Amino acid sequence: MPRILVQAVDFNPGAELARLGGEETGGIASFTGIVRASHGAGPRIAALTLEHYPGMTEAALAKLAARAQARWALTGCTIIHRIGRLLPGENIVFVAAASAHRGDALQAVAFLIDYLKTSAPFWKAEEREDGTRHWVAARAADEAAAAGWDE
Amino acid sequence: MKLLYFAWVREKIGQTEENLPLPEGVSTVGGLVSWLRARSPGHAAAFADPRLIRCAIGQEFVGMDTPLAGAAEVAFFPPVTGG
Repeated sequence: MPRILVQAVDFNPGAELARLGGEETGGIASFTGIVRASHGAGPRIAALTLEHYPGMTEAALAKLAARAQARWALTGCTIIHRIGRLLPGENIVFVAAASAHRGDALQAVAFLIDYLKTSAPFWKAEEREDGTRHWVAARAADEAAAAGWDE
Repeated sequence: MKLLYFAWVREKIGQTEENLPLPEGVSTVGGLVSWLRARSPGHAAAFADPRLIRCAIGQEFVGMDTPLAGAAEVAFFPPVTGG
């Protein structure tokens, strides 16, 4: 059973990794996404607000986890995404996969984060340090990364 | 039919949701987008560029040529930007 959480409160990556351990688990791979203040030469970010589609979000993440579990031999899988207003330096997303072997765990994590970006209904609005607010536009590079995993 | 709006689609329309019967002559998602554009200046702004609009029926992503028959919950939103 994958562990899927959509929540406003922070999560603890260490505690999440510990939950995925076990006698049949050879290793755990994970990715922790953090709100970044600087975006190249563009204006700095003061905060991000995450909106989502309650109900569809959880279903989309469960479907994503099921695809990873069908493709790789996983002993466990966790996806956590925060919603609401987040400041630079705060955790925003966590994905982890546990497996008997590192290859499956590492590939599943890369797949999960690539696909999450294009297949789960979340939207980011950024508050910039100049006081303006903007909806973040989808990136073609994210679409390409997800498409690269197509079976 | 319940329509849900998210992110800048919601902000431009000025509503999170609205209920309406399937308009006469409208049979697909793309047809509904065209119909909604005439509903208010906010709708017109939200749906000005259909290439930036994504849709879900019953909480599943669908394309613009998907039939609306039997749809109870239809959501419109921009391309997703999570992660």
